[in-house]
Amino acid sequence: MARIIVVTSGKGGVGKTTTSASFAAGLAKAGHRTAVIDFDVGLRNLDLIMGCERRVVYDFVNVINGEANLKQALIKDKRLDNLYILPASQTRDKEALTQDGVGRVLEELAQDFDYIVCDSPAGIERGAMLAAYFADDAIVVTNPEVSSVRDSDRIIGILSSKTRRAERGEEPVTTRLLLARYAPGRVQKGEMLSVEDVCEILAIDLLGVVPESKAVLAASNAGVPVIMDEDSDAGQAYQDAVARYLGEERPHRFLNEKKGFLGRLFGSGNS
Amino acid sequence: MLSTSNSAAATPKAFELKGRMLTLSVLHLLTADLELLAHQLDARLATMPELFRHLPVVLDLEALQGQALDLAALADCLRQRGLVPVGVRAGAPALAGQAAAAGLGVIELGNAPARRVEPVRERPAAMVVQQPVRSGQQIYARGDLIVLAPVSAGAEVLAEGHIHVYGPLRGRALAGVQGDTSARIFCQSLEAELVSVAGAYRISENIDETGRGRPVQIYLDGEALHIEPL
Repeated sequence: MARIIVVTSGKGGVGKTTTSASFAAGLAKAGHRTAVIDFDVGLRNLDLIMGCERRVVYDFVNVINGEANLKQALIKDKRLDNLYILPASQTRDKEALTQDGVGRVLEELAQDFDYIVCDSPAGIERGAMLAAYFADDAIVVTNPEVSSVRDSDRIIGILSSKTRRAERGEEPVTTRLLLARYAPGRVQKGEMLSVEDVCEILAIDLLGVVPESKAVLAASNAGVPVIMDEDSDAGQAYQDAVARYLGEERPHRFLNEKKGFLGRLFGSGNS
Repeated sequence: MLSTSNSAAATPKAFELKGRMLTLSVLHLLTADLELLAHQLDARLATMPELFRHLPVVLDLEALQGQALDLAALADCLRQRGLVPVGVRAGAPALAGQAAAAGLGVIELGNAPARRVEPVRERPAAMVVQQPVRSGQQIYARGDLIVLAPVSAGAEVLAEGHIHVYGPLRGRALAGVQGDTSARIFCQSLEAELVSVAGAYRISENIDETGRGRPVQIYLDGEALHIEPL
């Protein structure tokens, strides 16, 4: 049986889709058969980030409605053999998602995959609720600013009460924090919340800190998950996060200001 | 939204039971002599035939001061004349059995000289919450509430008794919500959006810096809400 991972946040624009794409690619790179599903029906983005937008024929809603089978709708990634994408429908809205339908699709995927990554839409409405409902694990993507932190707190509350695991009284959804767009320099100037602040407010385990990085936008524009850019700081941060998710212990990096001029000259050249 | 449809939802509801205030005519019986009553009722009916048609009435026997009366015969006498006796005003305990036999209910009227018993409020055991109370969540305790984790901004904790928060209190805390003015709020770090005891409240903006971020207790002294560092 596959493990179902929801990538969620409450707030929009914090990096859910970037994280879903990189996390799914990271799991596939580590040798696990992985499917990533775009739950953002009507605002389809994952296909762009994954660089498969020109190969979309059928989508998630088609499969739910029985207009196509999973094999027809799943798009195989060009770079990684183990990775498949189930795109959202752009012409429909979230009402096209039903709990039974989503449950059936996930169950069928679970026969064939090790991990299923659900890229949640923003908000706490139907799409987000259904993306989270069947989850075994949750990755809460948060930016170091107060509104994002509050929305994440709300989502964590929902994960602990409105998911299938909660309703059945099973072991709760494992919920971990991924702090994205972290800029240590701005934290030092007091312009941003620090990792410690966010962890203290949300009181959940920290899965990773992804620094604010030009590589993310560059990767999005190129349609390549940023984790594939192994030289970039953000790519390495996602690599660490995936390794931690799979049980490896790794120290957190990118928590401090990038090296100065001399450091850049003689350092490892990561920045 | 996420609950699966069940068969109960498909069957339409057959009834609802609701309390309503309504106006009923009360027939004060001044004699136990049913013949006299029948005679006078007939006289009244002769002048105003529509007066009693299907008029529901409650019988008040207080003026009889316990004189013996055949309730069933009385009810029949009224029914024959178009009245609809629905009940008898509560009085002697013996009445209840007779009323039931006559097909009448026993009705407690608002201004009855009933013994008003203050309901004894047994306060239930304290509620203990181990998990963080997240933004958007609301917790209500019928007695005291003890939270062993943070209360996030945007969360709300309410208790009829005291509230203890062994963590930062960042959301709203309302103690004594049913009016218990002796209720208090205790927390390890006051960062609340709002605190209230028995309806007297203070918002974050009006919490001065001496208490902010510190362990405090909050209680009501007369009309004034006090925030006192511990």
